[in-house]
Order: sequence, then C-alpha cells, then structure tokens
Amino acid sequence: MEISPILISLKTAIVATIFTFVFGVFAAKLVLDIKSERIKAVLDTVFTIPLVLPPTVIGFLLLLIFGVKRPIGRFLLEFMGVRIVFSWQATVIAAFVIAFPLMYRTAIGAFEQVDENLIMAARTLGMSEAKIFFKIILPLASPGILGGAILSFARALGEFGATAMIAGNIENKTRTLPLAIYSEVSAGNMKQATYYVVVVLAISFIVMLLMNYFARKQIVKDK
Amino acid sequence: MGLEVDIRKKVKGFSLDISFKNQGLHLGIFGASGSGKSMTLKCIAGIIDPDEGRIVLNDKILFDSEKNINIKPQKRNIGYLFQNYALFPHLTVEDNITISLNGKKEDIRPKLEEMIKLFKLEGLERKYPKQLSGGQQQRVALARAIIKNPDILILDEPFSALDSHLKESLEVELFELLKTYNKEVVLVTHNREEVYKFCDYMIFIDEGKSIINENTKEIFNEPKYYKVSKLLGYHNISEIQYLTNNTIKATRWGISYKIDALLNNEFTFIALKDNLLALNNSSVSNGEIVVEVAVLDIIESINSFDLLVKNVSYMQGDSISLKVDKKTFEAINLKDNLFLHIDNEALVYLR
Repeated sequence: MEISPILISLKTAIVATIFTFVFGVFAAKLVLDIKSERIKAVLDTVFTIPLVLPPTVIGFLLLLIFGVKRPIGRFLLEFMGVRIVFSWQATVIAAFVIAFPLMYRTAIGAFEQVDENLIMAARTLGMSEAKIFFKIILPLASPGILGGAILSFARALGEFGATAMIAGNIENKTRTLPLAIYSEVSAGNMKQATYYVVVVLAISFIVMLLMNYFARKQIVKDK
Repeated sequence: MGLEVDIRKKVKGFSLDISFKNQGLHLGIFGASGSGKSMTLKCIAGIIDPDEGRIVLNDKILFDSEKNINIKPQKRNIGYLFQNYALFPHLTVEDNITISLNGKKEDIRPKLEEMIKLFKLEGLERKYPKQLSGGQQQRVALARAIIKNPDILILDEPFSALDSHLKESLEVELFELLKTYNKEVVLVTHNREEVYKFCDYMIFIDEGKSIINENTKEIFNEPKYYKVSKLLGYHNISEIQYLTNNTIKATRWGISYKIDALLNNEFTFIALKDNLLALNNSSVSNGEIVVEVAVLDIIESINSFDLLVKNVSYMQGDSISLKVDKKTFEAINLKDNLFLHIDNEALVYLR
C-alpha cells in the first residue's frame, strides 16, 4: 500500500484551496467594485473561463507560461532558481487555476446576496469601505464563501488533466490520487486502484458532510 | 442654518426635481409611495448622487455639482434610520450600536450605556436583531444612528414596518424622545397624522417634484393643490365654474354661491373641510351656504356616523361625505327635510 498519493493530494488540495480562497474572494470584491460595466464583463470572463475550458487546454496554457523555454519559466529558473514544470508546486498551480472559478463565482454570488441597505447603512454610520468589507460584507457572505471553499477543495482534490500536463506523473512527487488511480488501472493493478478510489470516496463524503453541517449551523443561527 | 436642497436627477423613466429650504426644526417630507421621497433622502445622505444641484447642511456644502463637491456619505455626519432599520443581523444589539465608533471597549462603554438607557434597551445587549420585536429593532437602529451625534437625523418611514396597534404607542414614544433631542430631524412619510403631529415644516413631493413647502399647519389648512389636498385627507373635492364675477358653482354637487372677494382664477377646484360641515333640519342661514340634501347612506363607525348626502336639486351629481357625531345625529329628524350647512371657512380653493 502506497500512501504517498494520498498525502500529496491532500497537501496540494489544501494549499491550492488557501490560495483560491484568498484570491477568489478578493477577485470577487474587485469585480463587484468596478463601475465600468465593460471592464467588469471582461474581468468576469477571464476569471470564469477556466471553468469551461478542458483541463488539458489549461495544462497546455500553463506549459506555455511556465515551460523552461518560455520567458516566465526561463526567468524563474535563471534568476530565482525555481523550476515549476514537473515539480510539486505545479500540482498546486494546476489545482489553483482549475478551482479558482468555483471560489470566485460563489463569492460573487454570496456578496451580491448581502442586502444593499446594510452597506448603505454602514456608510451613513461613517464606516470606512475596508471596515464595511471585513465587518459586514464578509461575515454576512461567509456561508456562501465557505461553501465555495469546500467546493474548491473538492475540485482541487480531483484535478487530473492540467496536473498531468504541467506536473507530470512522478511517483512520490507529483502523483496525486487521480493520477495514481489512472496509473494503477493502466498497469492492471485493480486492487490498488480500488483502494485509492475508496479513499477518494471517503474524503469526498466527509467534505460534503462538512458542507451540510456548516449550512445547517447557519440556519440554526438565523432562528 | 438648516437643510437646503436643490437637486435634479434622472433615472429610467423617473426624474427627480427637488428644491426646498427647511425653515423649521422638524421637517416632514410628504408624498405618495413612489413619489421620490426615499431617493431624495438618499441623495441627502450621499448614498445616491444627484445629476446636478446643491445640498447644504448648516452652512456645510455636502454636494455642489458646479463646484464639483461631493462629500462621501461617511463624512456627512447624517444619522439615517432606514425603512426596515437595516440592522446588521450577525451582530448583537451592543455591537450594532457601537460599530461606528473606533476605540477601545472601555472608552466606548459609557456611550453605549447612555444609549441603552435612553432607548430602554436594558437586558437586550447580547441579543441578535432577529430576536427583537419591531419596536425594539427601531430603538436599536435609532441608538445606532445617533451615538455619533449626527448633525441631522433622517427617518425614512419609521413606522411602515410596524403593526398598526404598535404604531400608535411607538409614535408617541419616538416623537417625545425626539422632541428632547434638540437637532434637526427629517421625517419621511405618507401618513398625514405623523406629519401633523411631529413636523413644524413640510415639503410635498409629487412624481419626483417638490411642489409646496411651508409650515405644516398652513399646508393642512390650505393645501393649495388638488393632489396635496387628496393626500392630506380631503374627501369632498369638486371642480368649480365661474358663473359671474362673484358667483361660483361647484359643478360636481350642483351648488352655486356668491363670494365677497374676487377669486384668483388659477383655482379650478374646491375642497370642503369635514369638521366645518353640519347637517340639521333648519334651512336658516347665518351667512353660510345651505343646501337641501337627501341622505344616501349611513355607516356607523366607532365615534360617529359617516353619511353620504346629495343635493336634492342635483341628484345626478356626486355625493358629499361627512361625519356627524353620535349625539348630534340623534337630534336630527331623518324623515324631515335635511339641510347641509357649509361654513365659509370650510371652503378651500385648489389648483
């Protein structure tokens, strides 16, 4: 029994979720605050597009950016000594890009649900925009945002296509659970594959339970 | 001193054109639903920007399109009580009240306690807005609005979210409290009782335009405009026709009468003040207009009888409604001829 894919997957998904959470929430806030409808539409499209692209396409685009012969990849390698492609960090980048739209979309939805009157009231009370965001908007949108974070985590955990393209399938390094399942099946090790599948099912089940738990907790608080 | 507003704003299918200067302490902004009252308030508070114009509060310019001044709502120091109170649902009563204050908990404490006491919120400090009654929510919202000592307090339909039986006692309570609060207050409402009880000065908004601004009592006494009189509760309104220089006919009721002074011919309507109408069996006039009438309908209400009567010589016309208190009603012989007495003071001319 090889447990390294489980550890790699969990580590990747957790780190990727932290990044998607922070960037997703702030991207949502940024887009909502933009006054120009045209710029808003463009940014919204850019932030959402990974959701509709095939993961292999995203993997391809990431290779274009981070490949060692490309400007950014080369810069990172030569000046920072960092090689992204086929590294563990690449699994995080792939998971981040794929999961980001889910976080961003749910955060926008959650922010839009906050009663505008409350924000206006906060303004007349003299609260700064930053204080309004952290003390009013964020707490009120928290159930939706939390749901988005859990969805992002689940999606990051299941990421396959983009990860395979940019991080490869290196044992003990970039072989995440989905990649491990694929490799075991191609090698004919059905037993080992089943073991990984059960682990994925268990994690997904726990994640959904958690999501329902938080959703219910919010309902109880409302009463 | 005082609030001065002169603004214009166009939004899809609606244009706002408001101009007034508050000459009282308690200003009433009165108008039907959807007439632009709330939008006017939001412009004053800076939540909505007018297209052009000027808003001045106590010599401080809040907005001036010509000078390119537009103070942020945060800096306007206006206390705003929202229609549904807009309490923050995730914060307790004390956090709601003190959220606008920056500083250490110990420094805030005395101010909070003062508010809790003033608004009788003792024991509710740790509750959430959803656990409070409508009246309690209103008091929390008010405490939150005045804890920073605003220059002016704006109340947007403060009683519309309350049950009617609660409303009356809360009205008295709130108005008493605000009378001790010696600052300019703006009350927005479509309820004439509220304006009359609380406001010494009022403006009337109709379809986005401010059409009248004057002392409250004067407007109630002489509404001047047909639309104003309707909203202020005048039921009996008729078009008028000039028969000769000094004879006027109220065409809906078929009543003609002589007038002493020449009338400004801008007036096209006449309204009757309900409390200066009388019904009895006497045809004798002491200078008032007397019309023989037939009773069409009698509805008994709590303190009076509501009657609908028509001019017997013009039965195809409209009826006149009046209230007769129960004692007076008993003295009237309904089987005999009936006469409606319209005091000259009861006549209100409108355009």
